[in-house]
Amino acid sequence: MRFTKDHEWVELEGDVATIGITAYAADQLGDVVFVEVPDAGKTVKAGDGLAVVESVKAASDVYAPISGEVVEGNPALGDAPETVNDQPEKGGWFAKLKIADKAEFEALMDRDAYEAYLGTL
Amino acid sequence: MTMLNVGRPTQPQTAVPVAHASLTGARGLLQDEALIFELGGWDKTGVDLEPAEQDASDLAGLIREAAIGLPGLSEPEAMRHYVRLSQKNHAIDLALYPLGSCTMKHNPRLNEKAARLPGFADLHPMAPISTVQGALQLMDELAHWLKTLTAMPAVALSPKAGAHGELCGLLAIKAAHEAKGQGHRRLVLVPTSAHGTNPATAAFVGYDVAEIAQTEDGRVDLADLEAKLTTDVAAIMVTNPNTCGLFERDVIEIGRLTHAVGAYFYCDGANFNAIVGRVRPGDLGVDAMHINLHKTFSTPHGGGGPGAGPVVLSEALAPFAPAPWVVSGADGFKLVEETVDEAAQGFGRMVAFQGQMGMFVRAYAYMLSHGSDGLRQVAEDAVLNANYIKARLSGVMSAAFPDGPCMHEALFDDHWLEGTDVTTLDFAKAMIDEGFHPMTMYFPLVVHGAMLIEPTETESKQELDRFCDALIALAHAAKAGDVDRFKGAPYLAPLRRLDETLAARKPKLTWRPELTTVAPAPLAAE
Repeated sequence: MRFTKDHEWVELEGDVATIGITAYAADQLGDVVFVEVPDAGKTVKAGDGLAVVESVKAASDVYAPISGEVVEGNPALGDAPETVNDQPEKGGWFAKLKIADKAEFEALMDRDAYEAYLGTL
Repeated sequence: MTMLNVGRPTQPQTAVPVAHASLTGARGLLQDEALIFELGGWDKTGVDLEPAEQDASDLAGLIREAAIGLPGLSEPEAMRHYVRLSQKNHAIDLALYPLGSCTMKHNPRLNEKAARLPGFADLHPMAPISTVQGALQLMDELAHWLKTLTAMPAVALSPKAGAHGELCGLLAIKAAHEAKGQGHRRLVLVPTSAHGTNPATAAFVGYDVAEIAQTEDGRVDLADLEAKLTTDVAAIMVTNPNTCGLFERDVIEIGRLTHAVGAYFYCDGANFNAIVGRVRPGDLGVDAMHINLHKTFSTPHGGGGPGAGPVVLSEALAPFAPAPWVVSGADGFKLVEETVDEAAQGFGRMVAFQGQMGMFVRAYAYMLSHGSDGLRQVAEDAVLNANYIKARLSGVMSAAFPDGPCMHEALFDDHWLEGTDVTTLDFAKAMIDEGFHPMTMYFPLVVHGAMLIEPTETESKQELDRFCDALIALAHAAKAGDVDRFKGAPYLAPLRRLDETLAARKPKLTWRPELTTVAPAPLAAE
């Protein structure tokens, strides 16, 4: 699993990347009440808005950590946005992307680097 | 002597019993109240109407046969329903309402008297122009005041709220870019501390939004702004004073940099009440700015009345103003309804008619009753009151930007609550028990656990002291470990702590009556 400074995580299986927000981000957001996930077929570049997550505190954009084409958005989050809080790095994933360039994935932080980064916040 | 010994006792009984629950669940003067649809029934009505002589309908088979489910209440039941509801709520007529960035201030009763004059209150928006000359004159004079106070050459009166005004301003900006062959500009820049309506408006108009970073002292980061200002930028939207309650010192440079790349400067005028009579936005390089009439000119707010958000426009944007507007000539006042001719290339209209006439009357009454010197003092007193609160509370709470004075609102963070196990939310809920509406919480987002307090100019020093004393006492309680006072608050409100998460996740937006009753048979004609 790789991470960004915007607190997204990416897990790669073959050429399909699963993307979500980290446990730290879910904790900071507070209770998530609404999630807007992208439709299949949408093409995004790294840094583009991918999804929207709304908590009792604020609405935030989730950025694509990596470029690709959306395979699917997590259909479970519509009825159960609390999954993002309960299982941020597992069942609370936002979208799966078919990626073209594996180098973008390799360039992201690993868990140790991310946790070191959290220590600086 | 004769002694009268049958009267009622006038002294309290010596042993006063402790409070107990009532037998019916009622709580004395605080009445429990059902939804209006759960009250009454079809057999009651507030008015007696003669049976209609002709009730033949053209709807044929479309006539409704099932009950419509409207509430049926007698006049006293309807009165009591709304009075009881009003008693469950905080209100500006009840106590100080320091909601930052919302400006909950007193609504002078003189305004209400003026708005109820039949010549204003009973107008129909399609009345012949010759019969509404007074109303048009008032709109014309209100426009004159708004233009003079802002040093801007044009104003669109019709937008119906601040956010609607933002939409009007950005539509004018878009029309201006398109007229210059600059329709390709895609980007609107917004500071991180902006009101949420700013990026929402830009997105609604079809622009992409990028954020401008903020400096350590809570203002627009000029270097970041300059780096992001390209010829792809259509406009910037900056609030001044900003949502941290601070004046943007570099506002003239912000305007100059923006114009240098051919973009327009939209100013969110929500906080104009802090500078009215002292600073004219037209002198700062602003191209468009909405003015929330409730914030600066004391019209009702927050369920108390419809909004009005007129937008002043610069020379560059004036030709794109939406219809209608008032012009005066030898034969009186007229409404210009068509916006496209040689001089005007307006983008259309914001609303079907002329805007919120009742709010125009109230705002104009406020202007005339204060005069230009009085309006200047409004801004001065609003700023003075906020700084008084900032100074008194800084002893126990942590100001987000301690250096220098604030403008019309004082911003604190939750640094001072560290280690107490009390959060900003808990603290705000405890304020309800002390008889005050909480301040704005967790906004602006750039300050951790933000508490934004706006007292407005209409509070006296006595009331400000009462408020500060209560907050200081609460702050001491929090630091002394009296955590239950906060975690369980409010204890004394009609309802206790609500599950906001559940309300947001599973909102119940409708209530369906059980349609067991049927419509009454028409009364037989006598």
